[in-house]
Amino acid sequence: MSDAEANPELQKTVELRAGGVSIARLFLEFLTIGATSFGGVVPYLRGSLVSKQRWLSDKEFVEMLSMSQSLPGLNATNMAILVGQKLNGALGAVVAILGICLPGGLLMFIVGIFYRIHGDHAWATGALKGVAAASVGLVLSTVVQLSKKSLEERLDYVFVVLTVVAVNRLHQSVLITLVVVGLMAVLWHRPRQAKEEAVR
Amino acid sequence: MNQLPALARVFAYLSLLTVGGGMAAFPEMRILTVDVHQWLTSSQLVHLYSVGQLAPGPNMMMIVPIGDWAGGSLGAILVLLAFFGPTALLTFIVGRWWKRLEAWPWRTSIQRGLAPVSIGLLLAGCFTLAKGAIFGLETAAIAVGVLLILLQTRINPALLVLGAAVVGVLSFD
Repeated sequence: MSDAEANPELQKTVELRAGGVSIARLFLEFLTIGATSFGGVVPYLRGSLVSKQRWLSDKEFVEMLSMSQSLPGLNATNMAILVGQKLNGALGAVVAILGICLPGGLLMFIVGIFYRIHGDHAWATGALKGVAAASVGLVLSTVVQLSKKSLEERLDYVFVVLTVVAVNRLHQSVLITLVVVGLMAVLWHRPRQAKEEAVR
Repeated sequence: MNQLPALARVFAYLSLLTVGGGMAAFPEMRILTVDVHQWLTSSQLVHLYSVGQLAPGPNMMMIVPIGDWAGGSLGAILVLLAFFGPTALLTFIVGRWWKRLEAWPWRTSIQRGLAPVSIGLLLAGCFTLAKGAIFGLETAAIAVGVLLILLQTRINPALLVLGAAVVGVLSFD
């Protein structure tokens, strides 16, 4: 069955784009995003899929992004899977993730070879020190921005601290931390009705 | 010594930890690739991750050189498949169900519950990264500078990382 029949949101997508999205076009578009998205993929994805190609509505994009963030996996690759799936099924998902990964993967392959040969040179160690320090700032800014957006209650900050302490201080594995603290947090945010029933 | 099975195992496992971003898996990646399997040194890992911020596309492409160093070109392809395959499959499956789960009240609970944990994992990854990246006043100043600029402006982060590389060449040798 066609997903578009079951799903009015999709119907809108079909109207948004003129004609179908072929596998080749899908691959090329994601390859382009993969090759040009310096400094974070999400704005480039939105620019391409929503503004330029009009394959997705803004609402669909935001919904897919929130789903990508909740699931394990990188936002960029999860988005490629979801968009590819929506526009051309399983094959669409495969070519989208291939396209978005290929340029950066090849580049890092080459960088890895050069790093092994030249990584010890004085200018390289200097540059690497600067780059590494900047990356710490970059990750911290992501943490701050995500916190502003999605931490709602005071207890959410407790869950953040618990997670950090478990991993960095108690040296628990990320998996165990994810399961234990995750379960606590999900139960804390359990559906309201269930909460009221539990109280009764 | 064939490292391919170990590469596949390690990166498939790490893949499932990347809730909220690749950085969430970083502490475990350090333990497994540096301490356990000794495919690279701790500072090489920090360098690869950081240089990876300059590459376009998904920001964990720094795993490719690890696969290459430990298992050749085949290793490079294998770590990509192992690291992106499992989560891609999971996303594909959940993607088909997501709409239908809209009415399920626990969907929101899971999203809201996982948000603080994924932020905590990012922060933990950031601290692990910082241990190998912040050595004194200069490096700390660069990190804080980048953080403040990113919070105040909409500048492309890759430009800041590039700028920090230039500052590094000029001041650290």
